Formats: sequence, C-alpha cells, structure tokens
Amino acid sequence: MPDSDTLAFADRPTDSVGLVTPHITKFDTPLPLACGKVLPEYELIYETYGTLNADRSNAVLICHALSGHHHAAGYHGAEDRKPGWWDAHIGPGKSIDTNRFFVVSLNNLGGCHGSTGPVSHNPETGRQWGPDFPMVTVSDWVVSQARLADHLGIERWAAAVGGSLGGMQVLQWTMVYPERVANAVVIAATPRLSAQNIAFNEVARQAIRSDPEFFDGWYAEHDTVPKRGLKLARMVGHITYLSEDAMGSKFGRDLRSNDLNFGFDVEFQVESYLRYQGDTFSTAFDANTYLLMTKALDYFDPAAAHAGDLASALAPAQCPFLIVSFTTDWRFPPSRSRELVDALTRAGKSVSYANIDSPHGHDAFLLPEPRYKALFGAFMRRVARELRIDEKGKEETPDAR
Amino acid sequence: MRADLELIYDWVPQGAHILDLACGDGALLERLAQEKNVSGYGLEIDPEGITQCVARGVNVIEHNLDDGLGSFCDNSYDQVIMTQALQALRRPDKMLDEMLRVAEEGIITFPNFAYWRHRVHLGLRGYMPVSKSLPHAWYDTPNIHLSTFNDFEHLCREKGLVIVDRAVGVGDHKGHWTSKWWPNLFGEIAIFRVRRR
Repeated sequence: MPDSDTLAFADRPTDSVGLVTPHITKFDTPLPLACGKVLPEYELIYETYGTLNADRSNAVLICHALSGHHHAAGYHGAEDRKPGWWDAHIGPGKSIDTNRFFVVSLNNLGGCHGSTGPVSHNPETGRQWGPDFPMVTVSDWVVSQARLADHLGIERWAAAVGGSLGGMQVLQWTMVYPERVANAVVIAATPRLSAQNIAFNEVARQAIRSDPEFFDGWYAEHDTVPKRGLKLARMVGHITYLSEDAMGSKFGRDLRSNDLNFGFDVEFQVESYLRYQGDTFSTAFDANTYLLMTKALDYFDPAAAHAGDLASALAPAQCPFLIVSFTTDWRFPPSRSRELVDALTRAGKSVSYANIDSPHGHDAFLLPEPRYKALFGAFMRRVARELRIDEKGKEETPDAR
Repeated sequence: MRADLELIYDWVPQGAHILDLACGDGALLERLAQEKNVSGYGLEIDPEGITQCVARGVNVIEHNLDDGLGSFCDNSYDQVIMTQALQALRRPDKMLDEMLRVAEEGIITFPNFAYWRHRVHLGLRGYMPVSKSLPHAWYDTPNIHLSTFNDFEHLCREKGLVIVDRAVGVGDHKGHWTSKWWPNLFGEIAIFRVRRR
C-alpha cells in the first residue's frame, strides 16, 4: 500500500471523511451464481461517505480490487494508523468529492472483511463455508451490488468507479445495467486477463494450495492458516504491482547490513520488503478468499460471449466512460486500456482516455499523482455539473424532487 | 475560438461524426456538439489539453499522431479534422492518407511558410521566421515539416485528391481580399478541405 496514504487519524488532514462506521445488510433472496450454484442468503458490509441527496441522484459506487474491501476512506477509530485504501481520492474537495457525492463502498461476496464469504457460517452445514463457498464471478458481484443499490434506494449511480479488478466490475455494470450507471470510471483495468496474468495468478494459487497447512481449504477446522502459501502468493502478486523502476529506486541492490553473508537469510532490502509485505498479508487475509478473487479475475472476459468482439459486448452501454492507465503498469499495461478504448470508440460510445505518466506501476491507481488527480477531479466535477448535483449547503432548487 | 477554427466550423455538416486530431482544449468539438449536434472524438497528447477536454465533457483520447490512426476503422467517420499539427508530424503525407482512409473528407490547417512576413524574415533579414503562427525559435520548435500553401496543393494533386475548399486566415481575421487572390503570399494560416476522388 502507498506510503503517502499512511497518515494516522491524529494527523489526518482536513480533507478526510473522518471516522466512519461500516453497515451490514442481510439479503434473504437467493442469489443464483454464474457457476450454477445458488447462495441462499448473504450479507454485504459497506461504508458510505457524504450525504444522499433528496432525489438520490448523487450516489457513487466504489468497486474494489483483488485484496480490497469496503473501507475505502476515513478511519474506523482514533487509534487507526492509516486511512482507507482510496483515501487519496475520496473526501471533501477530493476527486470524488464527498461534499457533492454520496459514496458507497462495499466488500464483495466471497471477501473476508465482513461480507459473506469462505470465513462465514454456512447455514446448510453448520460449519464454516471454507472451500465449499461457491466460486463467485464479476457478474455475480455486480448483481449483488445492484441489490445493495435497491436496498439503499439508488436507482442509478451518478458514477460507478473502480481500479484494476474494480474496473472490471464497472465495465460489467455498464453492460448489464446500462440504465443504472450515469458515468463509468475504469482505472488501470483490462477487458480480459492475458495468459501471463493468469500464469501469475496460478503461481499464487499453487503457493497457497501446496502449503501443508492448507488442508484442502479446511485449515480453520485444523486451527491453522496456510501462512507460508499466502505469503508467497502476496510476494508474487506484489512484484506485479510495482514497476521495475519503482523497485529499483526504492531498493536498488541495497543490503540490510554492509556485507554479504553468503546465506539464504534476508540480505537485500527488496527481500526484506517482500517478506514483510507477505507476512503482514498472510495473517490479515483469508486464503480461500484469495483463491476465489484470483479466479474471478481469470474468468472475466465479456467479449467471449460475442466471438471475441469487445465492441459488440459493450454495445448495451449508454454512459460516458473515463478510462485511465499508467505508463509503467505492466500488470494491466496501457495497451490493455487502449484495447478497451478502441472497442468503445468502435461501438460509438462516449469515452475519454488518458495514460498517466507515473513510475509506480499498477499501484499508481491508488496514489495521488497530480495529473491523475486533476483529470479524475475534472471528470467527476463534470458529472456533478451535468446531473445538477450541488455542493452540500447550497441547496438544490425546490422542484428538484 | 481561433480564426481557423471559426472557418472550419462552417465546413462541418450538421450531425457529422468526426475525429479532431490535435484537438487541444476541445473548444471546437464542444461548440460543434452543442450547436451542430456533431459527435466524435478528439485526439490529443498534451496532458493539460486532455484534462480541459474532460472538464468540458468533450470525448478525448490520449494519442500520439505519429503512431497513425491504426485503431480507427476505414470509413468510420464523416470527417477528420487536423488543425495546426501537420507541420509537427514525422510524416505529414502518410497522415493525409490515414485521414482519408478513416473518413471521406479531411480538413487541414497549418501555418503557411510562404506568408509575406515569413518571407521578409528569411529573404530580407536572413533569419528563420518567428511570428504569431510560428512562435518558436528554430532550435526548440516542434514544427519539423514546414510547408507552404502551394506545397500542400501540390501534394494533394500528386495524391489525386479533390480540393473542395481552400482558404487562408490572417491574424485574427478570416482573410483580407489580398489573401483571396494571392493566398500563398498573403495567407498566414492555410486551410484546406480535401476529399478522396
């Protein structure tokens, strides 16, 4: 996670949403999934920032990436050492301005941060879902998100916004619920994973599944977690999130001590960093969830049902798109965003595209690069202007309802 | 709006689907969309121009014109416009081919190097011209392929293109009578509307 986003609650700037409390909503209507199974009931955990206006026209949906969750902005408690994962872009006066917008950020199904997932209780068996939790896909997530929107009384999102895997959910929204998305922001995403992307995911999955503590996914019942597997999975993933240049300038060939010790303990700073990232993640994230999320990434391919023609897959979309990529992102490089842009122009959709110069690789989508902020902010202000969403305090016209 | 853009405005048909190459801050596309129901995309490489387009709600795609228009299909637009960018391209002639592959009609504007003030700079004073339309010094100019009104007409003839319209702009005005009779001498900005035969 970004260094610039580590301000503790006590040092929070004035453009923070401040303290936030998550909400949980239970859904009793069974959810049929793409894999053929049905989730009889489920809960979604979400946070909201800002105020929903009278005509419910100012709601913005945030879709999270692989290891993300509902806590996108602000702090849960005064002792928090860092804010939510997208605090750089959500808050009063920020790109997603909470003085104008009502922001909804949820944890997806299958997650391990409070929404129903492998760590939840399976009502049918009385045990934890564990590896029995059905495979969920981007399209399943979007259906569940639409039900959350129904619950909140939001007929149409002013904008659906997401980076990486979150961007894929936004794309899915525009194709299956075109009338429910007024604008779409798709950042550092791709219309489908490449063989190389899937290969990296498979290495991560194998690392987890071959850990002796994995117990075919029933590790909780053995009172253990496949820490080594998760750690390796995260280390591999993390390499793909950073650019070669970012890694080089951050660590170079720096050693932890002055001399080589001709052993296999940590010697280079980059080793130390990766191990630290892996260790932290291995105790904070659920292994079954990680497996599910990587599969959801692999499966996403809206063009597949249209003989590979992405433009015809995107034909139902009605809203303006903002597509953003980052020059040094090699996980989902600019060329993949451009593929998406070209399909959208071929389909005659409203689209703008920018390729932001950043040294930070895929992780750049989380960071407050000045050009990225200016562009994202300009797009969101245009959204507010066109939907006649005023700043809080400046009331709308009385006939707005 | 810039003088050359005013002229182009009249040449774009109602409801046309267009590409605007080097669209800058999107002012032309915005007006065309609002007043003539024109749709399409601007292509731009300058980050600030791109942000301004997005702020206006003009569709803009970050794109280096030297990479060609490969991502756009044949005959997918009614018109392709390129203002004040021809002279900065690596291969202006190839771009002309690309424009008329994507659309039947193209509108091109560029600084006329044979404008009398430019001639005075070079011919009498012996310096590379610096003017309102060519504001850069020789060493830091992005303009690598300077040409004249006559040069461009010659290229169009060589390529067998139909010149539907031609005009020149001088300063902030659409053109003095002198520039109608002697465009190569009195036109500061050359403006062409060309078509495939």
